[in-house]
Amino acid sequence: MKKILVPVKMVLDANARPRVRADETGIDLSGMRMSINPFCEIAVEEALRLKEAGQAEEVVIVSIGPAKAQDTLRQALAMGADRALLIQTDETVEPLAVAKLLHAVVMDEPPDLVILGKQAIDDDCNQTGQMLAALLGWPQATFASAIRAEEGRLLVTREIDAGLQTLSLPLPAIVTTDLRLNEPRHCALPNIMKARKKPLTIRMPADYGVDVRRRLKVLAVRPPSGRKPGIKVATASELVGDLRAAGLV
Amino acid sequence: MPSYKAPVEDMMFVLKDVLGAGQVFSAIPAYADIDTDVVENVLEEAGRFCSEILQPLNMSGDAEGCRLENGVVRTPKGFAQAYAAFSDAGWGGLSASPDHGGQGLPRTLQILVDEMLSASNLSFGLFPGLTRGAYEAIEAHGDEALKALYLPKMIAGTWTGAMALTEAGAGSDLGMLKATAVPRGDGSYTVTGSKIFISSGDHDMAENVIHLVLARLPDAPAGTKGISLFLCPKYLVDRDGTPGARNAISVGALEHKMGIHAQPTCVMNYDGCRGWLVGEAHRGLAAMFTMMNAERLFVGVQGLGVADASYQTAATYARERLQGRATGVAGTAPIIAHPDVRRMLLSMLSFIEAGRALSLFTALEMDKEKCHPDPEIRRASGGLVALLTPVIKAALTDFGFEAAVLGQQVLGGHGYIREWGQEQFVRDARIAMIYEGTNGIQAQDLVLRKLPLDGGRPVRMFLGLIRDTLEQADGIAEAASQCVAVREALAHLDQVTARLIDGDLVASDERNAAATDYLRLFALVTFGWLWLRMTLTVLNMGANANAHARRKIAVGRFFADRILPQAGALARQIGAGGAPIMALATENF
Repeated sequence: MKKILVPVKMVLDANARPRVRADETGIDLSGMRMSINPFCEIAVEEALRLKEAGQAEEVVIVSIGPAKAQDTLRQALAMGADRALLIQTDETVEPLAVAKLLHAVVMDEPPDLVILGKQAIDDDCNQTGQMLAALLGWPQATFASAIRAEEGRLLVTREIDAGLQTLSLPLPAIVTTDLRLNEPRHCALPNIMKARKKPLTIRMPADYGVDVRRRLKVLAVRPPSGRKPGIKVATASELVGDLRAAGLV
Repeated sequence: MPSYKAPVEDMMFVLKDVLGAGQVFSAIPAYADIDTDVVENVLEEAGRFCSEILQPLNMSGDAEGCRLENGVVRTPKGFAQAYAAFSDAGWGGLSASPDHGGQGLPRTLQILVDEMLSASNLSFGLFPGLTRGAYEAIEAHGDEALKALYLPKMIAGTWTGAMALTEAGAGSDLGMLKATAVPRGDGSYTVTGSKIFISSGDHDMAENVIHLVLARLPDAPAGTKGISLFLCPKYLVDRDGTPGARNAISVGALEHKMGIHAQPTCVMNYDGCRGWLVGEAHRGLAAMFTMMNAERLFVGVQGLGVADASYQTAATYARERLQGRATGVAGTAPIIAHPDVRRMLLSMLSFIEAGRALSLFTALEMDKEKCHPDPEIRRASGGLVALLTPVIKAALTDFGFEAAVLGQQVLGGHGYIREWGQEQFVRDARIAMIYEGTNGIQAQDLVLRKLPLDGGRPVRMFLGLIRDTLEQADGIAEAASQCVAVREALAHLDQVTARLIDGDLVASDERNAAATDYLRLFALVTFGWLWLRMTLTVLNMGANANAHARRKIAVGRFFADRILPQAGALARQIGAGGAPIMALATENF
């Protein structure tokens, strides 16, 4: 492989406590800690491992998001990626628009392999990789727990309900990562400093002719209501009675 | 099980918003390209390393401790691998000179990483900390050949450093030390003597240990003016830097101690080992003392780090532990609802955040002192660093220990047993009050040496900064009550300071008797000032202040109302003079 493309998303940090906006339009991200989506971090790590094993020559990172997403790209560069591209927008970009933008990036680059996180921990969509595969007409292997390159093909092990399934894909291909694929590395200090000098290009969605306006209408975003206290019942029949009364059985 | 999360957001708040470090760095050519984004990246990664690799070894390292087997020190399980990972990731060379492979980042950043190291694993943090002290001494005073041979490997962490000062008969008074060094005629020396309390004196984590040993030359004058500094490697190093034959250095014993069990504190015997002079003959103590400000800042931050680790566990526990009833809480309340528990947590937190602000303020002055192009600024910063160093060392470790005790108390019996790790913090925090110059020595340094320094210029300048902030805060309603508290405490400090500099307490015995209380008073006023600055910063942010920043107003208010009034009592204690201390005849103790 010559090139691996890894799309990454900046998300609300997993340890931050999300606050819903008062007008119920979404989560208030102002001043909140943001991080690289953990599944995307695993994707970066896997691409770097393939490169370090001599299976690929270049790892390119792309992100779609606000200017602050440069931090996320710099982190991927500090891990060891070669260069980065930010498609800058302050819109909330839905999976289909992301897939269209990535499709355009793939046409520009073009990579031999695209590794994505299987989903982002903020909206849990789990759609982008599959949509991108469909737009490109490329084979896809989702939820990868092991990846091996072999004679121009990719062997991808997937965790499925029945156990482990291994697919053999021709390249170019799309892979999405599951949690157990690898453990991302700690960045070395010299690499953090070097990452600041690696190329980071900024483009706009319009540069790719993609309209990123939202197609889906969000009616309201509300925090889950607090858990109600339970009650103690004396007998099983009382329990069944209560469940019946609640319309649950 | 305890966990630790580096408070990067709080650190960035102080650095960026309160102290404006970005502008300070941009005025310093060596740091001109250091923006606060890269600082944040570095802190995030360092924090991750500390939480994920070092913290999990903290309790196991304490339980297992170090062992001396056939003259070789064995560190606890996992330490050698963690040290290798630490060095591979380049953390040991963070603030080291790029000329020898370091990253050349500011002291300010180093001190934040030191806080994380201390919070996650104090015993471990001492290895790179002492290595840094040693390589900075070699860099400042060694000749080019020594630097070329030793600095790259020490900065890379391949070799570690140890500082051998104390002897059985020479502790706080190093003038009494007896170790000797005799020229061998080939440019090297034969060093002989026994040293105690040598941190990282020997271990199995790196391929060589570089000892900096204080000893006397044959023609040395008595006292502190006859001490020279020698570099003595555990393994002699050939011209191309390969360690070869064993030098005549051995571990006499491992000290059995209260805390930092994973840190090998050794009795070291230098049995006619080969050493090389670092700096000028008879100027060894002066050479050591050029490192002292940085080392003491590091030790102060150890107290701070351990306090924060203890706080994080205590706050988590207090939110989850259900005991008793509390106003406004249905059913059994989490103990954090009880005012006395909140008092303990706030006492810890209000110290930790102010202590961090003080350490960063001083580290930034240290960066200015070292690198600022304007000589006047370098001089002024140097004065502030000299003044504040003993305050940081003593106050941050005193308050840090008190915070660790509170963090233990919050957990009640669960703080006394081992499971939650709180009792370890109490034991570990204790050493920082003792080593690198006891806190009593620090107080003497402040009152006897630093107050009169440069005709009193640094202290006047520093108290002037506090007055400037009070002036800025004038008329801001949300800060009014804090202003009153700081102004009142400052008046106490002003009055006592004047008496110590040229008033009725100027006699050296009076100043000696006042010193420890004075240092605490000085620290309290300083913390009050920094809380006021933090409060003003949040108020200035207006609508841009997030919840995390806004909570500082409440913590600052707690400090001003519930802690700072202690300044009045301290001023009275000091004002009572030395007579009550000296009245009891020595034979009646």
